[in-house]
Amino acid sequence: MSALDFEGLNVWFGEGRDRVNAVQGASFKVASGESFGLVGESGSGKSTILRALTGLAPHWSGKIRVMDRELDRGKGRDRAFYKSVQMVFQDPYASLHPRQSVDQVLSEVLYLHGFRDIEARIERLLDDVGLGSAFRFRYPHQLSGGQRQRVAIARALAPEPSILLLDEPTSALDVSVQAEILNLLCDLRAEHGLTFLMVSHDLVVVAHMCEHIVVMQQGRIVEEMSVSDMRAMRVTHPYSQSLLEASLGYRRAQL
Amino acid sequence: MTDLLDVKDLWVRFPTRKGRFDAVRGVSFRLGRERLGIVGESGSGKSMTGRAILRLIRSPGQVEASHIRLDGENLLDKTEAEMRQVRGQRISMVMQDPKFSLNPVMSIGEQLTEAYRLHARGGRAEARRRAVEMLEAVAIRDPERVMRAYPHEMSGGMGQRIMIAMMLIPDPELLIADEPTSALDVSVRGQVLQIMDRLVQDRGMGLIFISHDLNLVAQFCDRVMIMYAGRVVETCEAHKLHEAQHPYTRGLLNSLPRFDAPQNRLEVLRRDPAWAAAPVKGPVA
Ligand SMILES: Nc1ncnc2c1ncn2[C@@H]1O[C@H](COP(=O)(O)OP(=O)(O)OP(=O)(O)O)[C@@H](O)[C@H]1O
Ligand SMILES: Nc1ncnc2c1ncn2[C@@H]1O[C@H](COP(=O)(O)OP(=O)(O)OP(=O)(O)O)[C@@H](O)[C@H]1O
Ligand SMILES: [Mg+2]
Ligand SMILES: [Mg+2]
Repeated sequence: MSALDFEGLNVWFGEGRDRVNAVQGASFKVASGESFGLVGESGSGKSTILRALTGLAPHWSGKIRVMDRELDRGKGRDRAFYKSVQMVFQDPYASLHPRQSVDQVLSEVLYLHGFRDIEARIERLLDDVGLGSAFRFRYPHQLSGGQRQRVAIARALAPEPSILLLDEPTSALDVSVQAEILNLLCDLRAEHGLTFLMVSHDLVVVAHMCEHIVVMQQGRIVEEMSVSDMRAMRVTHPYSQSLLEASLGYRRAQL
Repeated sequence: MTDLLDVKDLWVRFPTRKGRFDAVRGVSFRLGRERLGIVGESGSGKSMTGRAILRLIRSPGQVEASHIRLDGENLLDKTEAEMRQVRGQRISMVMQDPKFSLNPVMSIGEQLTEAYRLHARGGRAEARRRAVEMLEAVAIRDPERVMRAYPHEMSGGMGQRIMIAMMLIPDPELLIADEPTSALDVSVRGQVLQIMDRLVQDRGMGLIFISHDLNLVAQFCDRVMIMYAGRVVETCEAHKLHEAQHPYTRGLLNSLPRFDAPQNRLEVLRRDPAWAAAPVKGPVA
């Protein structure tokens, strides 16, 4: 069974001369329990794919299936959808409400999804993302960039989703916190059989986390590969080649 | 010769319900016409250091320092009106949260042309031409569309690049860039770094480059300051970052995933309370 299945997905914004064909004819499948990576140029449509799936990009065509159920284009997503699919947004600033404390954000989500042992869960979630209870009553403006991102991750984990969409989840984090979060995500995936669809511009992070990877450029998927292909540089499209060479060259020069 | 920037004993303090919290604790450094990297873990005070230089810490936060001198002038002695001049003309800061710092209800073209016209006299057409040029310089593929668009219509990386374009328009003496390339893929990032590099090399701009990407900083900067719990724990030449001594810096370097050597688990930093108290190592910046 595939957890996620995109078939000929097109997503566009605007009209006339301002029309942007942000995603064009994208097809790929994410098997249940798999971790799947989406990499590519800035502005190539990676976040847009996640947004179309979660109902945040209204104009799309093609097919999207979640756990083999086809999504309805006209309708919004219901609570059952958000119970199984959660998203960590690329921009932790925009995704937290400025007047809600960490405690309020988490209690609200937990309550909405029918949990009653809210106290204990909040403590646990904050521990999991390496923040601890000292941060519980802070507001977003009292947190650093990386701390906000960790609150966003805690919020996404709260409903215990089976599919987690991660849009650059660690690009705002320093490497030590990144290591903690990536380990946490791996543990959760192993424990609960989670499925990840993860966007990242860092190929080393994607290689660490994902079994399959697609490369995007200007709205199109130009290549799909396994992580072993990627590590062995077995790629054919010139853009994926240049992306790999550039990321490796810049690491190798140093290590 | 006076330094471009000279910061002495900088503190940033916040009152909290559990008493006073010191986000920055006695940071001192000097900067010439060079690229200074600041690295350190999340919450270590990197952004607060950058904002404090511009006196952009919101109340109830407080900034204290012996001095913060720009070309020999103490910024702490300036009035708020004078500071606005400094911010508009002499020091630019690319904030960590790009979309937050752009005006959400104004088109990107309007914001860029306005920034240009505040800085240089010249007609609307000239300003527009310069704005499009700046967008091209930061590798925006369709600058004409982007000129008409609004911030929420931009991808994460496009937002970052637009902020950089905007901050470079006034031709600042000092650019403080807070995680300016964290959302960019390697190829686009290369182009953006090149622009900053040229300004340092050709026009003698000073650059404070805040980043959590150790490899990037090692390669791109001249010197690096490593912060931990509000203090500078080590300063070194950037190309020697990989030989850094401090256990915290070593821990950071070891937490990086490796492309050539897959691991099941990444090494996690074991923090030692002594790091927060230890004296500064390495040459004083
Ligand atoms: N609400 C919107 N209105 C108009 N255009 C949009 C909107 N959202 C995204 N776009 C456009 O769609 C294209 C793809 O954007 P998207 O955010 O998917 O890129 P991305 O691959 O995630 O890039 P990055 O790595 O920089 O975040 C961009 O050209 C962007 O300007
Ligand atoms: N208004 C505030 N009240 C209390 N503490 C605050 C406030 N604003 C920031 N802080 C704290 O100050 C510390 C330093 O924050 P800063 O934003 O400088 O971190 P940073 O090093 O930039 O981290 P990151 O890499 O995550 O962006 C953090 O621990 C943060 O929680
Ligand atoms: Mg994106
Ligand atoms: Mg910061």
